[in-house]
Amino acid sequence: MTSSLASRGPLSRVRSRRSGSRVDTVVVVTGAFIALLVITAVFAPWIAPSDPNFGSILSSNQGPSAAHLLGTDSFGRDILSRLIYGARLSLLGPALIIVISTSIGTVLAIACAWFGGWFDQVVSRVADILFAFPGLILAMLAVAMFGPGLVAPVIALSIAYTPYLLRVIRSEALRQRNLPYVAACYVGGLSARTICTRHILPNVTPLLIVQATLSFGYALVDLAAVSYLGLGVQPPTAEWGIMVSTGQSSILAGHPQESLFAGVMIIVTVVAFNLLGDRLAARQSTGQS
Amino acid sequence: MTENVPALEVIGLRKEYRVRGAGSTTAVASSGSALLGHPSKRRAPTSLVAVDDVSFTVAQGRSLAVVGESGSGKTTVARMIVGLERPTGGQVVVGGRQRSWNQMGSRERRRRAREVQIVFQDPYSSLDPRMTIRACLDEVLRLHFDWPSERIDARIEELLDQVGLDRRQADGLPRSLSGGQRQRVAIARALASEPRVLICDEAVASLDVSIQAQVLNLLSDIREATGVSYLFISHDLAVVRQVSDDIVVMRRGQMVESGPTEQILTQPGDPYTQRLLAAIPRPGWHPTSSHDSGPEQTPSTESS
Repeated sequence: MTSSLASRGPLSRVRSRRSGSRVDTVVVVTGAFIALLVITAVFAPWIAPSDPNFGSILSSNQGPSAAHLLGTDSFGRDILSRLIYGARLSLLGPALIIVISTSIGTVLAIACAWFGGWFDQVVSRVADILFAFPGLILAMLAVAMFGPGLVAPVIALSIAYTPYLLRVIRSEALRQRNLPYVAACYVGGLSARTICTRHILPNVTPLLIVQATLSFGYALVDLAAVSYLGLGVQPPTAEWGIMVSTGQSSILAGHPQESLFAGVMIIVTVVAFNLLGDRLAARQSTGQS
Repeated sequence: MTENVPALEVIGLRKEYRVRGAGSTTAVASSGSALLGHPSKRRAPTSLVAVDDVSFTVAQGRSLAVVGESGSGKTTVARMIVGLERPTGGQVVVGGRQRSWNQMGSRERRRRAREVQIVFQDPYSSLDPRMTIRACLDEVLRLHFDWPSERIDARIEELLDQVGLDRRQADGLPRSLSGGQRQRVAIARALASEPRVLICDEAVASLDVSIQAQVLNLLSDIREATGVSYLFISHDLAVVRQVSDDIVVMRRGQMVESGPTEQILTQPGDPYTQRLLAAIPRPGWHPTSSHDSGPEQTPSTESS
């Protein structure tokens, strides 16, 4: 921390205001952490020290040791390996939610900004109605209808997250659309599709990335909550939310490691995404003016 | 150039805005917010007439200025001519072909783009901040001309040359350019589709005076080189005197007076025009001084 403060001299501050491309410690650290997490998840079979689903009752609820760095759970399974494998579903779920809701939200937002009129009115009112449903309730409803698993909560949460992205991106797209450069494109004869995809979309992309990053954290928490409640992916699949839930029974017996480490992973990951999103947002707002 | 077919003809142009609710102000006439024009149709139709029965003609290669105070409807006229705003009534005829609002498909818009182009007032927001100058010109050229890449590149160089920008600047983003340079880019982009008429909507109003002179000289050089017609929308009579052959004076959406620049600026007939002239804040400026440098013949003699 001290080194980052020392490096932030007056000169670099001036430079950052002009170019907006100064190396930001928070962005680097959180970005590296997220990248590491993704790599770990992708290469889980090579990285994990042991089979996440194999354990012996004889070695259950062990504390951290050389053989099991983070100890074992009540079934004697290696917690570190389960965390590493669990990163796959724990990240895939929110990633799907963000990809789906951002895509739908962006397309609708730009269409709203472009067409205006009744189209905008209808889409915005529907979004307002969707705001009234908490994402988790929607997810539970979906699970009740389609059964537990990854798909139903992901689809439900995607729908619940779309209005948030839609609203933010719409306002920015609307601002862009009313700038003279869009009028110049229009007078220049460019088609509506070209103007939207080649001019408006690139100009809302920075905001879109910020919003997607921030929403990722929330989506991860929501999805972990769904799993914790037993409505998402089912045991024995490794997933952080489930691990918090199954580890609960061992806490009273004095073995908090499973819930604890899974919970820590959720918190740290969410904080990383939120910090990164905040920093990107701050950077964007200073870079624009 | 054939003088018998006017480059641009506006006949009885009219624009009404429906104003939501009561307590309307004339500020609506400037129409800054709704750029591509969705007049909202909500409550009781109180209507505001922004432009009322405006008619004028711009001959090929000539330059007409529309002057008037803020809110007099001059920008609305420009926006209706380029198709950003839908006229309530009247006609816009470009190169003898009447333009209609009913067929605004992309093909029709592409055709219109070859006829009329516009340069906006604010150079800071009239260029896409994420597109290099070269890409911006390239996009317009590729849309309108079925040329091989080499020819398009050559044309880009030619346009940059014409507006006085160098190649290094062309590969940068708009934010690396000054206001005057950006306005040159906007002019180059407008000229890229080789329009008959170029509308300058207060195009130099936000530039400082020395840059204004440069851009105005540039515009008159371009007119000489390409034979394009100009429609200047301006409130600055000093600018108008330098660039235009004829003047239309507008007030509250209506034409007050029109005629050759020299005549209007030296012997204004209408009291409004007289007041407009008297309101010029420059000390020691007399309308009679326009005799010295005949604006039509030598508009670009002051500096280069």
